[in-house]
This record gives sequence, structure tokens and C-alpha cells, in this order.
Amino acid sequence: MSVTHELMIAGFGGQGVLFAGKILVYAGLLAGKEVSWLPSYGPEMRGGTANINVMISDTMIGSPIVTNPTMLVAMNQPSLEKFEKDVKKDGIILIDSTLIPAQVKRADVKTCYIPATKLAEDKGLKGLANMIMVGKVTKELGVFDLEVVKAATSKSVPERKQDLLASNLRAIEIGFNYMEG
Amino acid sequence: MTIVYQRPQALTDTVTHYCPGCTHGIIHRLVAEVIDELEIMDQCIGVAPVGCAVFAYNYFECDMAQAAHGRAPAVATGIKRANPANIVFTYQGDGDLAAIGTAETVHAAARSENITIIFVNNAIYGMTGGQMAPTTMPGQITQTSPYGRDPKLAGYPVKVCEMLAEVDGTTYAERVSVDSVKRVRNAKRAIRKAFEYQIAGKGFSIIEVLSTCSTNWGLEPVEALEWLRKNMIPYYPLGVYKDKGASE
Amino acid sequence: MAEKVLMKGNEAVAEAAIMAGCRHFFGYPITPQTELAAYMAKRMPKLGGTYLQAESEIAAINMVYGASAAGVRAMTSSSSPGLSLKSEGLSYLAGSDLPAVVVNIQRGGPGLGGIRPSQADYFHATRSTGHGDFHLIVLAPNTVQEMFDLTIEAFELADKYRVTAMVLGDGMLGQVMEPVDISRAGNITTFAKDWALTGTQGKRSKNIVNSLYLEAEELEMLNLKRYEKYAEVGKYARTDSYLTEDAEVIVVAYGICARIAKNAVNGARKKGVKAGLIRPITLWPFPKKQMKAAAATAKAFVVVEMSMGQMVEDVELSIRCSRPVILCSRTGGMVPTDEAVISAIMEADRTERS
Repeated sequence: MSVTHELMIAGFGGQGVLFAGKILVYAGLLAGKEVSWLPSYGPEMRGGTANINVMISDTMIGSPIVTNPTMLVAMNQPSLEKFEKDVKKDGIILIDSTLIPAQVKRADVKTCYIPATKLAEDKGLKGLANMIMVGKVTKELGVFDLEVVKAATSKSVPERKQDLLASNLRAIEIGFNYMEG
Repeated sequence: MTIVYQRPQALTDTVTHYCPGCTHGIIHRLVAEVIDELEIMDQCIGVAPVGCAVFAYNYFECDMAQAAHGRAPAVATGIKRANPANIVFTYQGDGDLAAIGTAETVHAAARSENITIIFVNNAIYGMTGGQMAPTTMPGQITQTSPYGRDPKLAGYPVKVCEMLAEVDGTTYAERVSVDSVKRVRNAKRAIRKAFEYQIAGKGFSIIEVLSTCSTNWGLEPVEALEWLRKNMIPYYPLGVYKDKGASE
Repeated sequence: MAEKVLMKGNEAVAEAAIMAGCRHFFGYPITPQTELAAYMAKRMPKLGGTYLQAESEIAAINMVYGASAAGVRAMTSSSSPGLSLKSEGLSYLAGSDLPAVVVNIQRGGPGLGGIRPSQADYFHATRSTGHGDFHLIVLAPNTVQEMFDLTIEAFELADKYRVTAMVLGDGMLGQVMEPVDISRAGNITTFAKDWALTGTQGKRSKNIVNSLYLEAEELEMLNLKRYEKYAEVGKYARTDSYLTEDAEVIVVAYGICARIAKNAVNGARKKGVKAGLIRPITLWPFPKKQMKAAAATAKAFVVVEMSMGQMVEDVELSIRCSRPVILCSRTGGMVPTDEAVISAIMEADRTERS
């Protein structure tokens, strides 16, 4: 039975949701999966809403559009409000609880609350909440190992920003190892 | 026996379609003589416009392209960028260059494309039968300005050399005329310089040639030359508007 | 197997063009194709090529005309409103028998429209690209890999037949990122161009690139000759089929819609409907024979497209309206859902076999 993971990662422009998606599809590719990455954003370069449709599958991907995600990563309140109802039954909703005070209303999905923005600030990784979420997504998906995501990140961080690589990798680890409660 | 006068090698022996008394023939010849003298015919590529000179591709002996109306500078840009070793010129009229092709002209200058533009200004659309051109004089009667061009309604003539002289990328802009032997000789000097600048890689050159259209002006050829002197030269003063190449 | 790289559709087109030997790109920024121009701007200087940002779409296509006349592989890309401006140049390219590759990453229209994906330029690409009797070869990729593969093919076909080949994508295909195997480029076919303007170099008589023919007899003859060439191109009409062998309902869709339609075919099969998909890869020449063959066994057709219904006319023409054809479409940048297509398939399945 083939499995297709359909991810929706949504937040404000500038939060790095597009980059987070990129890391995940790259990791999927390195793990030998079929992948697609489809952005959707408003006309603003910064501050508008941004979301990314990511597919990771064992088989050829049909439409790259995610309408009913198996996993929603909500990085702000409007994203949760907009997409909560679309998540497939038994799907997963990951929430940056620093920025989203609300609780998920649905009972037929698994929910994970991670104070990603606060964690990032506390650990001196300001602006890397997206990578903390990447770590958590990796854990929840179980499609590829942490090492694969790290490799994907190493290849995705541009040459001139290599000094940022270590902090990106650390953020991923924090997310991967985060335990609620 | 010594040959003292003959057709330049850069001209074909095709009979042109130009009207009797038209100065296009002189200007074609000047361009061809320069091509001969500089021995560049083998690498020369010309671009014909839409307008009276549309058949220029039949008259020059070098490789020729025919361009859409006003687009000759863009086509010349493509040709030159494909092979910078070629010597590329456009031959355009006033409607082609200063109305529908204004953007292509200004931006070829802005990029300082290393091409040569021969711009024939006769203050009228000749091929379509004598309509108002962007360079038609205030008060001038044409088919589409039957009461004389009224600047309040139809705007003012475009002074191309003055305009392009303000563009940083323009290397050389000169306005010449072919209404007298002396000025014909001077026009050839300017055309030659423009081609020499291209060969030296100096960038964008335009030679504006004041020209007559006795057919559509409704004047005898000699009267037309007189009309050009009396009406056009005061409005479109002759001379060098920019010459960056001289100091380089 | 070669390592795959992740690329956006727009970037895959640009990389394919470079691999096909294109070193002259003339463009003008417009969403949603801008990554293509940006990729060219980054790569061309390093390859000794030309990336030139033109003053307009009109200038850009005329620069392509010039570069193509000079014998090099030249390209421009744009999105819908820009194609309206390029129409003039496309007609001149055809009239002068010049090869060129033009990319249209379609967005919603008419007018300034929107920036969301669309397929509303089907008529423009296949019917009314510009004034006069002529055609483009129109290739319709549906994955990033195909954006890459078909761009290379576009250059080869353009040179072989001295025509413009258009790669017709949409905003979604331009923006989506998928793995691409660029080693599939393989050997690139090139063609001698003795007609090109390279300067006579003292070795031949002059060449002329021209589309003006005032003698009607001469122009007619040239048009007839050009259409003989188009007839030859007709053999390239090509489709991709999915579950069509036993299909009673044939879904026809190209580009991104074909991927949605494929999902829907699977969905309809689960509901017990024998549905199949034909995906035209060439929109011109349109795969008429394949449609006609499908009509022999199918009882109805569903056409899925992101327009008010344009390709649907070609499907109806191809099968001479011998079967019901249901249009399932969205417009203005909206994308059909799998469910909407499944509903259309169910509706088509209820039609009586005639």
C-alpha cells in the first residue's frame, strides 16, 4: 500500500515556511521518495500570508495541490483557523504555541503544541522556529531519519550563509527531540 | 580608361522603387560607399524598416533582415548580440523610428548597443501616402493634418538627436542633410564616422538625415530641397549633438 | 541512475534551454515566470551568453527575431499579458520562417487578470497567436521533468522545421518544485543554417530574412509551402494515456489539469466507473487521431481545463461531436478539484451509449 504524505505548512511571509518545505522535500528526495513543493502566497514580499504544499510519496505524485493535508503545520493563528477543518481524519496538526494561543477544536486528529518561537529565542536561535518545526515534522512523519534532514539542510543552506548552518541543524534537533508536557 | 564613377559594390543593381526626386537614393548610396570604403560588406548586416525604405533589403548587397514596424533597433540588437563581429545597421524613417519604434530606439541607445542607425527624417509618412509623422512641422499640411499640424491637438514634432543626446548610452548623434552637394559630402563623413565607431566598439550611433518627399509634400524636387532648407533646418538644426567617441 | 535535482518548473525550462545550446535570452519581468528570467540572468554571463532585459515584450520578441535570423538558438519567456504583446513578433517569425522558442507560463485573464495559474491562452497558442496564416508547435508539459524535456525538444523541433515552438505551462507548473533528472538531456541535435545572416564573409551571395511579399501569387505559394511543412509536423501529435483500454468515459486534460484528472480517474474507478485519461502533450498539432480512436470505444468525454472552455472545442472537432463532451473547468486562476472532476465523470457515465 503506497503512502502519500500531504503537508500544508502555513504562516506569515518571512517566517520561513517556504524554506522549511524545501528542506522537507529535499530530505524526501534523498530518502528516495517522490516529492513536490508548491508555494502559495500573496502579492506582498513580507508580512502577508504564505503557505506551502509539500507532497512526499512512495509513488508518482498526481496533483501537487494539497487540499486535505495529512499534516498541517500552523505557524500563526489565521493559518490554523483557515486550514484546521481541511485536515484529513487521523491527520496531524502541529502548532507553534508561542504564536497561537488557541487550541485545536477537532477531536479526530492528533495535535502537537510546540512553543517553537519561544524555544528558538531561549536557545539563541531567533528566527529559526521554522527549523524547529522541521525537526518535529521529521519526528512525526517517520519517513526519513534526522540525519537525512540534516544532510538536506547542509545542501540547501547557500555557500555564503554556511555560518548559519550549525544553528539551523541545532534548531532541527531541538524540534526533533521536543517532548510535550 | 579610368573609371571615375560607378555603382558602389554594396548596392545591388536593382532599380529602386523610390519616387523621382526622392533623396533616399542619395542616402542609400552614401551608406553603400562607406561600406565599400571601410571594406566591411562581408560582415555587414542591414535591417530594413517598415516605411518607404521597406525594400532596402533588395538594394543593399550585404545580408539583410526586414523588421516589423519600429522594431529595427531590437532586431539589430538580436543580430549584434548573436555575433558581435558583424557590423549591423538599421535604416529607418521617421514614423518607424520616432513614433511606433520610440521605445526600441531610446533603449537601444540607453544600452549603447554597438550598432549604427541611419534615420531618414522627411517629416511625413511617405509609403502610406503622406500622413502626419512625429516629425511633421507645426502648421504642415498632410493627409491627416489637413488644416496644418496644430500642436495643441496633434502635439509637437519629436527632435530625435536632441532627445538621444540626453541618453547616457548614446555615443554619437549628428543631424545632417542632403539638400546640397556640400551637405551630401558632410552627411557621408558623418555616416562613415558612425560605422567607424561601431568597428572600434564605441557603442550606439545615430545619424539623422533631413530628407525630402517631393511627392507627398506636393513640390517639385528642387522646390522640395528649398522647402527643407527654409522650414526644416531652422526647426531641426544641423550639427553634432553628441560625440563621446571623439574623446575616447 | 543519475542524481535528481530539485527545481522549480521555471528553472527547469531555463536549464533545459541552456543545455539545448541556447545562449541568447531576451525577456521582460512578469509574474509568474520571473524565476526563468532570473535563472538566465545568473547563468548566461558565466557561459558567455546573453541575458538581455528588454524594454518591453515587443522588443524582446524582436530581439529573438534578430538573434534567430543571425543563426543562434534564441528564446524569450513571459506570461499571458506579455504574450499579447509578443503576438506581432510571433507572426513575423512565422512569416520569415525563423526558429524560436517561446515560453508562456499562463496566468488568469483577460486584461491584467491575476497571477494565479490558468490555461486561458489555449486559443492564443493554437488559434490566434498573431495575424496571418501560421501555427506554432505547442508543447504542454505536466511535470517539472517534462518542462525540462519538452524545452529541449522545442529547440530541436524549432530548428528542424524553422518554426516557433511554444512551451505552454501555467503558474503552478512554473512555481512547483520537483525532482528533475537533467542527464536525460542526452545528445542535443543541431541543424545547419545556411539561410542565416552571418555576413557573406565573401563566400556566398547575400541572405535575406523577410516576410514581405506584395505579389499575392507569391505569398499564396509560400503559405501553401509552409502548410505542407505543418502537415509534416502533424506526425508529432502525441498523447499520454492512462487506463484508456477499457474506458467508457475518457477524460481529456493537459498540463497541471491532467494531474488533477489522473487523481479523479483513480477516484472514479474506485466508484466503479471505467474512466481513462488522454493527456495531449502537443496542443498543436492536436492529437485528433487519438481522440477519434478513443471515441470508438468510449461513450462520453470529459474535458478538464482552467479556462472557460477552449481545448474542449478541439476535442469536439476531433471526434466530430460523435459523443457527448462535458466541460469541467475553472477560470480566473482557480484550479479544478479532484471532486469536481469525479462528479463530471459520474455525470458523463450516466449518459446513454448512443
